Amino acid sequence: MSHLRLEKLNKRYSEHAQVIKSLDLQVNSGEFIVIVGPSGCGKSTLLRMIAGLEDISAGSMYIDGTYVNDDTPSERGIGMVFQSYALYPHMSVYQNMAFGLELAGKSKEEIDAKVQNSARILQLEPLLQRRPKDLSGGQRQRVAIGRAIAREPKLFLFDEPLSNLDAALRVQMRMEIANLHKRLGSTIIYVTHDQVEAMTLADRIVVLNKGNIEQVGTPLELYDHPANEFVAQFIGSPKMNLIPASLVQAGDTESVVRLDNGKQLVLPISTPRHAEGQSVNLGIRPEHILWGNVQESQYQANVMFVEHMGNETYLYLDNGNASEPWVVRNAERSVISAGQTVGVQLPVEHCYLFDGDGNAFQRLSSTQNKH
Amino acid sequence: MKLTRRQRHITHQTLIYAAAALVSVICVFPFYNAILTSLRTGQELFLTNYLPTSFHWENYVNALMVNGIARSLLNSFIVASVTVGICLLVSITAAFALARIKFKGRKYILFTILCVSMFPQVAVLSGMFELVRFLGLYDSLGALILSYTTFSLPFTVWVLTTFMKSLPVELEEAAIVDGAGLWVIISRIFAPIMGPSLVTTGLLAFIGAWNEFMFALTFIISNEQRTVPVAIGMLQGASQFELPWGNIMAASVVVTLPIIVMVLIFQKRIVSGLTSGAVKG
Repeated sequence: MSHLRLEKLNKRYSEHAQVIKSLDLQVNSGEFIVIVGPSGCGKSTLLRMIAGLEDISAGSMYIDGTYVNDDTPSERGIGMVFQSYALYPHMSVYQNMAFGLELAGKSKEEIDAKVQNSARILQLEPLLQRRPKDLSGGQRQRVAIGRAIAREPKLFLFDEPLSNLDAALRVQMRMEIANLHKRLGSTIIYVTHDQVEAMTLADRIVVLNKGNIEQVGTPLELYDHPANEFVAQFIGSPKMNLIPASLVQAGDTESVVRLDNGKQLVLPISTPRHAEGQSVNLGIRPEHILWGNVQESQYQANVMFVEHMGNETYLYLDNGNASEPWVVRNAERSVISAGQTVGVQLPVEHCYLFDGDGNAFQRLSSTQNKH
Repeated sequence: MKLTRRQRHITHQTLIYAAAALVSVICVFPFYNAILTSLRTGQELFLTNYLPTSFHWENYVNALMVNGIARSLLNSFIVASVTVGICLLVSITAAFALARIKFKGRKYILFTILCVSMFPQVAVLSGMFELVRFLGLYDSLGALILSYTTFSLPFTVWVLTTFMKSLPVELEEAAIVDGAGLWVIISRIFAPIMGPSLVTTGLLAFIGAWNEFMFALTFIISNEQRTVPVAIGMLQGASQFELPWGNIMAASVVVTLPIIVMVLIFQKRIVSGLTSGAVKG
């Protein structure tokens, strides 16, 4: 039996503002689910509906098989960590963590034991008597998590908890959250707009766009086999390059596409007959594009600028569209400089093909991505 | 002549302190004079002296014991305290509804509440009199509590609503997730955070109720129920034409002292209560 099940979940604020559209999702016990999407896609709304802070317009929600649409958050047995931590400013760290247990009517000894336990897990013991205003951002974050775990809920909800932290602290807290999951084994639903957090923390990722689920899968599934352009470009940084082309010849095992400059490629991708002649997008990730001699290449482009990251280099190539240049990732330092012309090769086994609606055609090569 | 930075700074400071001293003298002098006057008797009262020349404490004894200011003090205290208690209780729950709960006509209710305070007291007097008589509260402290609550509520509701609006919603949601019901949220989460605001509005409501004269004069007849401002006004001297200034001043000083003490104790809270904005949680 799944731990959390959402059936045709719907959220409507008014006639015209439908934020979540008929969403189905199953979460297994102990899974770490990350919901990602751009701003305004409805991920926070979805999380709040799971928490019980927003009403469900239509559809059903089941926790452990029980219908919970009308239950309050504490009745649902959830713990939540807010983006701004929302610690009670007039209470000490200890009181913050004990508050929920007090309201549940637990005995003093039990409360003390649970708070001390949570404090130990999160290394908050020396801070128990402090007020939130005397804590750093990372410490407040941990108190917020401690407050959630002290009540030992069945389901943990995290609402963009790392957004307010600086980059270094974010990396550290990511590891702590991952450790916490391993240690507690609880089901976690985590919302973020940062795909790096999604890739590193999730057992499965749910990609949300405008209230619809684009794809659900493990991080590598989404990376290697995106179902559509949106997922392909959302997961992976820098974004996957999309090259406009037209489908010259469709086929079950092979398809021929023609690029804008006339060059043709034979891709191991299955396309249906009726798609022949359509405009398609060829997708290839920055790390798969080969560059080198102008003569042997399928494409030539001018280098707009070069980004040296230290361990790798990104080349931005002029493709006529200044806002979305092609990005090539080179795994070493590069001697190429801006203004030079490079030749680009597109290895067919790493190519993706997307139809006019953005959906992916089925790829037949089963390559593991090698760099 | 160009002044150096230090010279400008000193000039600036001197001007500020001079202005502050001037304002202080203007504000404090009447009270100082009252204290001086309360310590004199007879002809001395009409001489102008800026320093205490004699210490006739019998004015105080007279005022409190003989003229019964003590009883009026108690009445005033009861009326003001109960008014503040009811005001705060009603206001904090009203503020929660007006600041947090979306319902139709919310804006109009807030506006109406504010409009109540636009009425001059004298215009409402006859209406209030009818109400007091209808409820059988005439010549009792209840009449005053009713009137003062009515006129203090707009202000307290307004200040508390504004403050509550600035509290982050997530604080309330965190409490809901912890299992808190409505009353727990108001009493254990919001009220402690709003401490400064509650002190400010409570104190201002207290002072308003304490010093009010017109309703106190109209609704109370008997000496036992009288409050302090009216009682002082009724102090009589040896003859019809003599006002016992010494006694009046002594009574005034006694009556004003509690307020001054309270304001001094809570002054920091008052400022933060009026100016504080969002809570960082």
